Amino acid sequence: MSDSMAMRRSVFDGMTPIRVEGKVTAASLPFAARFVFRGDAKAAAACSKAFGVTLPKTILQAASEDGRSALSLGPDEWLLIARDGEEAGIVAKIEKALAKIPHALVDVCHRNTAFTVTGAQAEALLASGCPLDLHETAFPVGMATRTLFAKADVILWRTGTNAFRVELWRSFVPFVWGILAEASRDF
Amino acid sequence: MLLIPCPHCGPRPEIEFRYAGEAHVARAADPGAVNDQDWAEYLYFRSNPKGIHFERWRHVSGCARFFNCVRDTVSDKILTTYPAGEKKPDLGTLMKEAGR
Ligand SMILES: [Zn+2]
Repeated sequence: MSDSMAMRRSVFDGMTPIRVEGKVTAASLPFAARFVFRGDAKAAAACSKAFGVTLPKTILQAASEDGRSALSLGPDEWLLIARDGEEAGIVAKIEKALAKIPHALVDVCHRNTAFTVTGAQAEALLASGCPLDLHETAFPVGMATRTLFAKADVILWRTGTNAFRVELWRSFVPFVWGILAEASRDF
Repeated sequence: MLLIPCPHCGPRPEIEFRYAGEAHVARAADPGAVNDQDWAEYLYFRSNPKGIHFERWRHVSGCARFFNCVRDTVSDKILTTYPAGEKKPDLGTLMKEAGR
């Protein structure tokens, strides 16, 4: 394998920072381990034990424990997030625990990337491209869902009153980032 | 924009959904035993009513699940939605609930 092929580059490298002093900041997150897990309630219970985070039973909820997170995106679908480099260990543990339980575990860490949007205007900045009601009464802290940002599928997770995490396919980043940068000029 | 009540996620904007054709169109258990006319009906012919329509939708930019929906094609009013695989609801009961 040549050196250039072995090089790992963040899709955010060279992107203009989005930062409006005192109002809103969008910042890329470091590499992470990510999986899509699918299965029924029994599979989810076994996966919770193996992964170390209780997979939320209620749809559109996120749970975190010790640097790992589980987001319930559908009635039988979760996004699992952990630290970069933990992939092999997680696969081994979950596959061992669920050897006899039907399920699907797909590594999506090369496909997905993430960034945060924080600050008093975080909600307003995301509303520039998201059709959901993002007011805290409709989209409370701890809620996570797949939705749209302009034409791109994204996963939106509210981690605080003024803090969101956006998970998306890395190839959508230039498109989404461009719109966010443009919208941030309004503040 | 319409708000469509996903049976899993609750009311969500129309733009997150994709229409997926008429619901409750059952494939014959033994397609080899079906005559050409009935097979063509199954493949190509749909009821296309002006009024109440049972149809499939997919919440593709949400929970990503397929579900069924009962919609009035004249007013776009949605009478109910329910998860795929559930029994077809009784139209008379639905109409009564909708006050019609
Ligand atoms: Zn849904």
